[in-house]
Amino acid sequence: MTKDKAHISVQDLNVHIGGNHILKDLNIDIPNKSVTSIIGPSGCGKTTLLKTFNRLHDTAADVKVTGKVLVDGEDIYDPNTEITHIRKKMGLLSQRPYPLPMSIYDNVAYGPRIHGTRKKQDLDIIVEKQLKATALWNEVKDRLHSSATRLSIGQQQRLCLARGLAVGPEIILGDESTSALDPVSTSIIEDLFVKLKQDYSIVLVTHILRQAARVSDYIIFVYDGRIVEYGKTEQVLRNPREELTKEYVKGYIV
Amino acid sequence: MRRRNLEELFFKFLMVLATLIVGGSFFLIVGTIFYKGAPYMTFDMLTKTPGGGFYIGKEGGILNAIIGSMYVAGGATILGLIISIPVAIYLNMYMDGKKFLSNTLRMVFDVLFGIPSIVYGAFGFLIMVYFGLRASLLGGIIAVTLLVIPILVRTLDEVIRTVPLELRDAALSLGSTRWETAKVVLRAIRPGIITAILISFGRAIGDVAAVLFTAGFSDNIPTSLHEPAATLPLAIFFQLGSPIEEVQGRGYASALILTIVVLIITILSELLVKKFYKHKS
Repeated sequence: MTKDKAHISVQDLNVHIGGNHILKDLNIDIPNKSVTSIIGPSGCGKTTLLKTFNRLHDTAADVKVTGKVLVDGEDIYDPNTEITHIRKKMGLLSQRPYPLPMSIYDNVAYGPRIHGTRKKQDLDIIVEKQLKATALWNEVKDRLHSSATRLSIGQQQRLCLARGLAVGPEIILGDESTSALDPVSTSIIEDLFVKLKQDYSIVLVTHILRQAARVSDYIIFVYDGRIVEYGKTEQVLRNPREELTKEYVKGYIV
Repeated sequence: MRRRNLEELFFKFLMVLATLIVGGSFFLIVGTIFYKGAPYMTFDMLTKTPGGGFYIGKEGGILNAIIGSMYVAGGATILGLIISIPVAIYLNMYMDGKKFLSNTLRMVFDVLFGIPSIVYGAFGFLIMVYFGLRASLLGGIIAVTLLVIPILVRTLDEVIRTVPLELRDAALSLGSTRWETAKVVLRAIRPGIITAILISFGRAIGDVAAVLFTAGFSDNIPTSLHEPAATLPLAIFFQLGSPIEEVQGRGYASALILTIVVLIITILSELLVKKFYKHKS
């Protein structure tokens, strides 16, 4: 499918939640260092798929996952795989920002701290670097120690991105990360995604086709728990091979 | 049409009347205690232990009971928190796939919540007898701790459930262990914990049945856990039981003191609950 090395490889994945078959026999290779968007109607299983990548279903009741998800060739559902190690590899950016109940500085420093970075100088460097990477540094450098909840929602979302990057992940998972944001904040986040793909593999769930077109290299179209089409952004949006995809993207005018 | 209007008027009248009875009884109770107790309210009541005369004194004050109650309620709340926080965290964050078990446990705590405090007192008394303890501050604290644990667990459980699941997901996604995630959640519910403390303290300080057999009574301020301790509700009970009018009056003054303490705690916790919900995103 792609020239790039697969970063996340999904093999025969099936997910049941409370007796409902949500994801059905999925096989996908998600490429390294590019942006891949998962699109599809509400309730098709997009978010469920994203959550299987960092095993967030573990905390929910009644979820059964079968099949394999390989990250860097390592099966993350292998009972011997350490869960914190897997999650450290992936930063999650959820629909709305949920800053930790602490200061701006501590939000970014939280991840490095739990993973063993204790020295203040080291943490200072990480915090500054990631706040700059998310274009937040100039806005918050004078109030690093005030509460993160006082930031605007757009700033909070960038802080959450900085917080995720501070752990040193390889993959960024975005779950409709801009749906609560105003257009300006949205475009800042989108620009960040495009910039960050040099260093990270990015998987986004979105229901905004224009967003998928703006930021992604590849698009996965999911419908009713199955992958209908997977290809380059241009191809999926302009020349969809499948009828279902055609139907879904026809509202999109290039 | 007229019939419907009359019906509307009639039921509205009933509702207003019922509300007035309930609301009015608050002022009636506080008013009565104030009217009866205020003449005996002296500075000595708050600052001195009972002096001589008339069994529990017409001299001095009830400092022994004020301090005793603070010790019992404070000790029980601290001990209760140490036990309840892990229970609430375990219930909410470690029993993921075990809905049935966690719901059963919640029901058990609800049942414990409803058990009358005299039963806790009797149970505490049995424990004391078993360990050969006499009525003491420690005994009182243990019995009241049993009483407040279900209250604390239930309150903390509710508070933890107000924390958005996404916040936990965020902490987990950063590679936190469950316990590290629990610490983030505990941080998020700090105002809620304070509320739980105040609710528990308010309940503990007003309860008489749990301390009846367990804490004993003494005119002195306890200096160790093994000494008997006076408590405000028991002091009121003894004072009102006296045939001497002056001692009875002092009983109302004690009741006034207890009411004011509970009132302050209730108002504080109300304010904190409001603050808590304001800061939630």
